[in-house]
Amino acid sequence: MATKAASPVIPVNQTPKLNYLNNGHGLKSWLLTTDHKRIALLYLVSVSIFFFIGGIFAMLIRLELLTPEGDLLSADNYNKAFTQHGMIMVFFFLIPVVPAVLGNFLVPLMIGAKDLAFPRINLLSWYLYITAGILFLHCMLNGGVDTGWTFYSPFSTEYTNTNIVEAGIAVFIAGFSSIFTGLNFIVTVHRMRAPGMTWDRLPLFIWANYATSLIMILGTPVIAITIVLVAVERLFHLGIFDPRLGGDPLLFQHLFWFYSHPAVYIMILPSMGVISELIACFARKRIFGYKFVAISSMAIAVFGFLVWAHHMFVAGISLYAAMIFSFLSFSVGVPSAVKVFNWTATLYKASITYATPMLYAFGFIGLFTIGGLTGLMLATIGIDVHVTDTYFVVAHFHYVMVGGVLMGYLGGLHFWWPKITGRMYPEGWAKLSALFVFVGFNLTFFPQFILGYLGMPRRYWQYPPEFQVLNVLSTAGASILAVGYLLPMIYLLWSLRYGPIADANPWNAAGLEWKTSSPPPTFNFDETPVVTWEAYNYDEIPEKELEAPVAR
Amino acid sequence: MAEHEDTTHVEHEHTTHSQIFYIAIGVALLILTATTAAVAFVNLGPLNPVVALLIATIKAALVVIFFMHVKGASEKLTSAVVVSGFFFLAILLTLSLADYLTRSWR
Repeated sequence: MATKAASPVIPVNQTPKLNYLNNGHGLKSWLLTTDHKRIALLYLVSVSIFFFIGGIFAMLIRLELLTPEGDLLSADNYNKAFTQHGMIMVFFFLIPVVPAVLGNFLVPLMIGAKDLAFPRINLLSWYLYITAGILFLHCMLNGGVDTGWTFYSPFSTEYTNTNIVEAGIAVFIAGFSSIFTGLNFIVTVHRMRAPGMTWDRLPLFIWANYATSLIMILGTPVIAITIVLVAVERLFHLGIFDPRLGGDPLLFQHLFWFYSHPAVYIMILPSMGVISELIACFARKRIFGYKFVAISSMAIAVFGFLVWAHHMFVAGISLYAAMIFSFLSFSVGVPSAVKVFNWTATLYKASITYATPMLYAFGFIGLFTIGGLTGLMLATIGIDVHVTDTYFVVAHFHYVMVGGVLMGYLGGLHFWWPKITGRMYPEGWAKLSALFVFVGFNLTFFPQFILGYLGMPRRYWQYPPEFQVLNVLSTAGASILAVGYLLPMIYLLWSLRYGPIADANPWNAAGLEWKTSSPPPTFNFDETPVVTWEAYNYDEIPEKELEAPVAR
Repeated sequence: MAEHEDTTHVEHEHTTHSQIFYIAIGVALLILTATTAAVAFVNLGPLNPVVALLIATIKAALVVIFFMHVKGASEKLTSAVVVSGFFFLAILLTLSLADYLTRSWR
């Protein structure tokens, strides 16, 4: 802070400016840090580990399904494999990934703040996440869980003999980590915006994370208490979900999906925020209909709470309720479509560059559109009755959760990598891996739409031989997808040492985070910035030498 | 409660007064807990859960209003958080009841 003399003209090779990475070394300076940027990196490492473990289970599932016979895993182990895959990916990867990594790093930078409002709670949130993660891994190594990630009663409360309570406690604790992140974001956005950073000047990534935080705070307590109820019924036989004791088994599904459907928006909304940033930057234009995109984030957050029982159409809810929920599920398509149309409208007559982050953004738009439209099919009661619990549903939610969230996350990680590390990633390899991800993803999951439509149920380790061709295609796609995910893990690590050094703003992008050095100093800005411009003022940013971003 | 509001600028008096006040609230919560336990042993038929939930609601309200400082908070954000919490609880109850109250097989 005191070294104000450090200005961009100083060559980078001279005494390196004090930044958040070289300000303190050693384990203690990381494990006890309250710097939001360092906590983001702690999260980055931990979610990557969980993504890797979840990915191994995914590969086990796909390998088992390579042949119609149950030959690689036993039926019980297959149940456990898809349960661990689902729980790890949902609770320990997809929910925290964008808010806790990119959001933690960027929210204060983008609004011109020195840190989040509650830095210690931020660190506590990571420790809770790690505690939950270790507990879950312990549970996994002690036999795991076999209920599916959904914990449905009465199987979870009455019949299964696996570690439901321990897994439940892990999810409960992970939930609090998520609540703390949401709380931090809301207070930070309300109270710590730089002078001039009004609500209608906020980057859309901030709007998206704000909307996400609302869901985290309002929804997560419900799942936490629901899991407690499962544990209470399982341990003490209190009648909550068991009809013999006066309970109602559908009550579990109502409570579970009241959180877990909005949880999908916890995953996808921050990614949508990333996409807005990427498209504005690489189209060199203000996002078409900024206000509508901002409001649509809030609308998705609210509407997302009104649709949960579309997961229960065949479970025995009343026809009247099913019709209401079907109608409401269609309504959530409106704000989602607003986003997609506005992104594509932004591209109209824009000067587009096809850097890696933009490739991921294009991938997101295409895959999310397929995922969203098949979602509308599933919101139609007549179709849903036929394809419930088939691979059609599996394909649909992977298109949204992997095609959407991971595309946004990888796009954002590449886009902000120079800001996070001060180094560029290798563009050629990155483009290749983006291609692998896109092709591999579609080859994995598109055949599953057909499989589901033909009637192949999910969660079985065997299937009739006529489904084999499509399953082989899917497994082949999964291997390509795995390469597409492993490549960034390798070249991003490589770039930490060998990547070309990035300047403060390699993409010539708008946004406060690019106005500070790369990597930023510990307190983000040498002087508190004063904002006098609208978000995405690309028409006011002079064209820079264009070859700079594409470092080979 | 009246003093609670108009002593916002007199920080010192405010804290000394409220210490006893908070202990009183804490005692009230304990008494209500004991009442819940005692009522559980009386057979009121269908009224048992109604009474238990009523007491629980009063307890939750005491905690939210006094321990969480919602009463007397000048922040608009605080009231927005409380209102939205109830709003989403209302959504959960209303839409769940849309199922429970209209089941043809009930």
